[in-house]
Amino acid sequence: MGVMKRVTMVFRAKANKALDRMEDPRETLDYSYQTQLELLQKVRRGVADVATSRKRVELQINQLQQQMDKYNRQAKDSLAAGREDLAREALTRKAGVQTQLDDLRTQYESLQAEEEKLSQASQRLQAKVDAFRTRKETIKATYTAAEAQTRINEAFSGISEEMGDVGLAIQRAEDKTAQMRARAGALDELMASGALDDMVGGPHDDIQAELDRMGAGHGVDHELEQMKAELAQNAPRQIANSAAGSTDGDSAQSATAVPPGAVPAGDATQAGDQE
Amino acid sequence: MIVRILGEGQLEVPESMHAELNQLDVALESAVDADDEASYRSALTALLTRVREVGSPTDADDLRPSELIVPQEDATIDEVRKLLTDEGLIPG
Repeated sequence: MGVMKRVTMVFRAKANKALDRMEDPRETLDYSYQTQLELLQKVRRGVADVATSRKRVELQINQLQQQMDKYNRQAKDSLAAGREDLAREALTRKAGVQTQLDDLRTQYESLQAEEEKLSQASQRLQAKVDAFRTRKETIKATYTAAEAQTRINEAFSGISEEMGDVGLAIQRAEDKTAQMRARAGALDELMASGALDDMVGGPHDDIQAELDRMGAGHGVDHELEQMKAELAQNAPRQIANSAAGSTDGDSAQSATAVPPGAVPAGDATQAGDQE
Repeated sequence: MIVRILGEGQLEVPESMHAELNQLDVALESAVDADDEASYRSALTALLTRVREVGSPTDADDLRPSELIVPQEDATIDEVRKLLTDEGLIPG
């Protein structure tokens, strides 16, 4: 008979069963309308639920991204400090986080698609529920039993099919968000406990500890280098100014403005004398 | 005739397509019966592609029921099997 026909028959059977439960066709209409409104509420809640899960995953993506950035920074700092071993460790951890991140991004996209589908289903159902309400009032107004029964059956099987479909969509979305929540919860715990670091290698942030330990001296050296470079750029202009006939006071002032140790290349002799 | 793709909505499909869609559907059914994942996937994709090609979406407030209902693109073979039984997936 084919899959399509069989699925249709199952849908139709559900609708007929619901119809048969009602004695008065008008009662059927009102009852069905109530059920439709409830389903609309449910599908809207479904959309909101999926959105919440999606936002949570978004937050985790950001956190993992920050962690990646951190490892990247650590790798650079380590290399600059001549510690290739530390840099390698940081990059290894970064790769571990990258795997998690890729996985999360895939899930994020699937949640987005689910949200979109549900929200469209919600709009379709809304349109059909509105149409049903109008139809329902017309049928009730022109009520003559035999004729009404046929028209009720028509309207009812259409809306009932839509409800079955939306019901399915909600179930699927619920399943997916439940899975997602469990995963997100697990990942949250991992991140909170620092176990993510453990998982991708070594105890929590020993790289940073090591870097910090070496860091004090290294940071100062680095800053000094930068200052020297800046001053070296400014120096030629200052020298040019002095050469253009500035007073002794001026050059003394420019010399004191230079932090100790940061020696403009051109002023090496003078700075050396001061020290 | 009206064809519903689960999770997507209804499409108006020319009556003349009936025979061709039926053929695609028979292939889908035997794949489900044989529990053959590969041919199931390609049969479902072929059917959905054809329905989308020849069908045009009905108005959202159209209350007519569908003559044929196609499972959604990502439905598993197991889900389809459940769709085919009365106590299966469809709520209500």
